[in-house]
Amino acid sequence: MDEILKIEQLKKSFDDLSVLDGIDLSVKKGEVVVIVGPSGCGKSTFLRCLNGLEDIQEGRVSLESEVINPVSKSTVNARKKIGMVFQSYDLFPHKTILQNITLAPMKVHKRKKAEAEGEALQLLERVGLVSKKDNYPRQLSGGQKQRVAIVRALMMHPEVLLFDEVTAALDPEMVREVLEVILSLAKEGRTMLIVTHEMAFAKAVADRIIFMDGGKIIEQGTPDDIFEHPKTERLQSFLKTFTYDR
Amino acid sequence: MGFEVLLKGQNMARLIEGLGVALRISAISVSVSIFLGIVLGVVMTSKNPVVRFVSAVYLEIVRIMPQMVLLFLVFFGATKALGLRIEAEFASILVFSFWGTAEMADLVRGAVKSIPVIQYESSEALGLSRLQTYVYVILPQVVRRLIPLSINLITRMIKTTSLVMMIGIVEVLKVGQQIIEANRKSSPNAAFAVFATIFVLYFFACWPFSCLSKYLEKKWEN
Repeated sequence: MDEILKIEQLKKSFDDLSVLDGIDLSVKKGEVVVIVGPSGCGKSTFLRCLNGLEDIQEGRVSLESEVINPVSKSTVNARKKIGMVFQSYDLFPHKTILQNITLAPMKVHKRKKAEAEGEALQLLERVGLVSKKDNYPRQLSGGQKQRVAIVRALMMHPEVLLFDEVTAALDPEMVREVLEVILSLAKEGRTMLIVTHEMAFAKAVADRIIFMDGGKIIEQGTPDDIFEHPKTERLQSFLKTFTYDR
Repeated sequence: MGFEVLLKGQNMARLIEGLGVALRISAISVSVSIFLGIVLGVVMTSKNPVVRFVSAVYLEIVRIMPQMVLLFLVFFGATKALGLRIEAEFASILVFSFWGTAEMADLVRGAVKSIPVIQYESSEALGLSRLQTYVYVILPQVVRRLIPLSINLITRMIKTTSLVMMIGIVEVLKVGQQIIEANRKSSPNAAFAVFATIFVLYFFACWPFSCLSKYLEKKWEN
């Protein structure tokens, strides 16, 4: 498999506080990488560095041959090939669902309205939300909004998809409907980086799991390596926080 | 009840003309305030501490000073102290614009600040440029929050122009007083009729704005 996303010696700090401390990672085309770790370990910041939403102090992020970070003119261009879905509801409240989904394809890719809407409706059909196309975001449940946000990212035909704790703000019964959509994208062979706290989901969807703590990659491997044979003490104690003993 | 004074001579026409003066002062002040307020409001969203301090002081001065004091200060004070001859109407436009700009700028600043950062980020993550993000995502939301609030400011400014009679401008309230004075013997009850009429005139001057604001709020509920 070909390498598509490359991160070299990435360092990021907010003022004096170091958040990411020298991260190297290479993602292959079609690979699903899940990033787990305790709160504040830098995993969300890491994901945001990957499409240039955060600037970095050292290192480099590149998509194929284009440099995304350090941020430059090519960032805007490379960013079009990276889709991102956020934790909180980031739909545009003044636009209908259909308008939310077709805005970027029409303005960035200059696609015709009818053609963009055609694809939008197909994708909405796939996530079971065609009937909501003329509704506004506030009329949708949290899970529905996140499915729309995924469709909106897919409309840009991204080569890499980033998911930043997309179910963290949802009621438990809505988590599944969103994760099912992501699972089906994994089956299609899409390249994805997913930050999540849903360990069962991580196990099911990941080709590779990255465990981060203190701004560093502590351990990585297949779901089996990580969950069944954790090597480091830090990962072992992190995994313990998800199990209960009486 | 004294309503007959309104039918005498040109009285009703003079009242409406007086309202015209009040509305002219408001219209100019409101236009200046909206334009300068938008510019200043955007400047006020800056993180520069000097900009923030200066605008905060300006806003506080405007908030603390009664408009009448400002009006006297500019019209009488400036004339005496600086030897400037300022027309009363120009002085009142100056004061109302000074006040309106501060209020408008604060509304704009609040509306821009109220748009969550995630709206900028998700728009840029979709590949929209900075300019496209403002045009298609941020500004439409700012305008939707701003319009009902600024309409409220407009009606407040229209109402407050009644103060300009204090510096000798013959606007609707002053005309009313003149009519009452002139007819004190023949219609001792004219005060009620005249002020009731002025009330109705002001109502019809402000009511359409209030309706527009309600309509837009409903329309943009989503």
